[in-house]
Amino acid sequence: MLIQNRGDLTYADVTPRGLYMGRRNFLLGALGTYGAVALWKRLPGWMAGAVTGSVPRPLGNLVPSPFSTTETATPAGYVESYNNFYEFGTDKADPSRNAKNFVTSPWTVSVEGEVAKPRQFSMDEILKLAPLEERIYRHRCVETWSIVVPWIGYSLSNLIKLVEPTSKAKYVAFESYYDPRQMPWASKAGIQIPYLEGLRLDEAMNPLTLLCVGMYAETLPNQDGAPVRIVVPWKYGFKSAKSLVKIRFVKSEPLTTWDMFRGFGGMPEYGFYANVNPHVDHPRWSQAKEHRLGGGLFARPIPTLMFNGYGDQVASMYAGMDLRKYF
Amino acid sequence: MRKILTSKWTKVVVFCLCLLPIALLVWRGFHGDLTANPSEFLEHRTGDWTLRFVVITLSITPLRKILGLPELIRFRRMVGLFAFFYGSMHFTAWICFDKFFDWPAMWADVHKRRYITVGATGFVLMIPLAITSTAGWIRRLGGKRWHRLHQAIYITAIAGIVHYYWQVKSDVRKPIEYALLVALLLSWRLASWLISRKRVADTRPRSAEPTTAESA
Ligand code: HEM
Repeated sequence: MLIQNRGDLTYADVTPRGLYMGRRNFLLGALGTYGAVALWKRLPGWMAGAVTGSVPRPLGNLVPSPFSTTETATPAGYVESYNNFYEFGTDKADPSRNAKNFVTSPWTVSVEGEVAKPRQFSMDEILKLAPLEERIYRHRCVETWSIVVPWIGYSLSNLIKLVEPTSKAKYVAFESYYDPRQMPWASKAGIQIPYLEGLRLDEAMNPLTLLCVGMYAETLPNQDGAPVRIVVPWKYGFKSAKSLVKIRFVKSEPLTTWDMFRGFGGMPEYGFYANVNPHVDHPRWSQAKEHRLGGGLFARPIPTLMFNGYGDQVASMYAGMDLRKYF
Repeated sequence: MRKILTSKWTKVVVFCLCLLPIALLVWRGFHGDLTANPSEFLEHRTGDWTLRFVVITLSITPLRKILGLPELIRFRRMVGLFAFFYGSMHFTAWICFDKFFDWPAMWADVHKRRYITVGATGFVLMIPLAITSTAGWIRRLGGKRWHRLHQAIYITAIAGIVHYYWQVKSDVRKPIEYALLVALLLSWRLASWLISRKRVADTRPRSAEPTTAESA
């Protein structure tokens, strides 16, 4: 009898049954809790999907620009589905999903600080402030991918001239929209929100710096920074702040989200200038090459150009500056 | 449950399940559905699956003990080899599609970028484990030495997490989740090791715990 029993000794016979069942239940409970937490985390996304938001509409009468590149534009679908917009999630696919119902109307941009004529601009005013141009720019992300985008807008200098900066204005600070109810993902992104960016006044006045209201002949999709953003083509993409609500003229270099950021062990990401520069590495990767999106899996990475190829228009602004130090 | 676990067919099913992630990537590849940045997408997905399989491998022994299902051991070698398989795919994606065979740049990355250094260490450590995963090697090395060698998987797990943590920009939630999971698994092992040592120290005869499916 004893010998026969030995053959089917199970672990349950070694461990008291109650204890063993308890552990199993504990484990199942833990799995259940994990499932519930996972569901809870996805809830905001689903709820956001329940309302319908604005969709891009066509923009007419676009003036072609001498600043446009002749390179082929990246397919719009990629530019609309692969985004860094941390307010709507940190995965590249998040913003196109989570920004669907972002309410961008009505919208005003407040222009203030060291200017003679501070004022608010409605979106209608912004759209009519200067003739809308189509500018096909290269856009180089700090993460070594790049796209070619037919942006729509006009030089930011048009707006700056209207508000008349005083002699004290040396820098321009940009602030992006933040609403925790519409952007519940923002607080988990690990960066300081509202998103802050900045340029030196001469950089902001450079004709290449675009106040952008659209792309691919339509108004901006939400995930690409609707309804109005800036585009600074010779700097890494993160300088081109999205969904602007405030433009502030200031005396000294403003704090910016990524300049303030410190990673593990106090490691900085990037400085204030962030000019595209193949010779200055990111702390974690080389900037010598880039992946031009749209070429498929077998596309060879291409060399990155100094100032993203816009040196003729911008290099003189940095004459005498050590760009290894001010990166 | 145990009948199912010991069935030959279960192993086939588990094998096919382990192939699903790569099958899905190949499928998406043929349909031009690898997102705007296919090289990054492949690199991230294969990296994720490498780490996941390492974690699954590490959890088999605790699960066997906790659930009282020693038969789970039958799947450990296979799952471990899949971790190595996805690691190789991850490495290949980096060489072929990210760096595009730019050997000097790759070499520079391996010794200059600490997240790559750590990832490469984790991967290289898996190679001897994959080679010695056969019954022949267990015999040749002897159980004890084999076990000691295969403890390198802990280092791979930690390396994988550090590699992940160091490369994310600001959102560290996912690497932290993996870190907690691995910390839990490792502390379970540490605790059971301490307990068994105490038992030995108590000079009582070792309990007749079945250590493998065969002895159960
Ligand atoms: C030869 C060794 C390795 C190399 C060269 C390598 C390289 C890389 C690179 C370049 C990335 C993408 C980084 C980025 O986009 O910023 C990455 C991501 C990743 N790797 Fe590795 N890696 C290696 C080994 C490993 C190993 C052994 C593991 C796991 C145990 C691992 C797990 C991961 C994970 C989890 C990610 C992140 C995926 C995500 O973001 O979803 N890697 N690796």
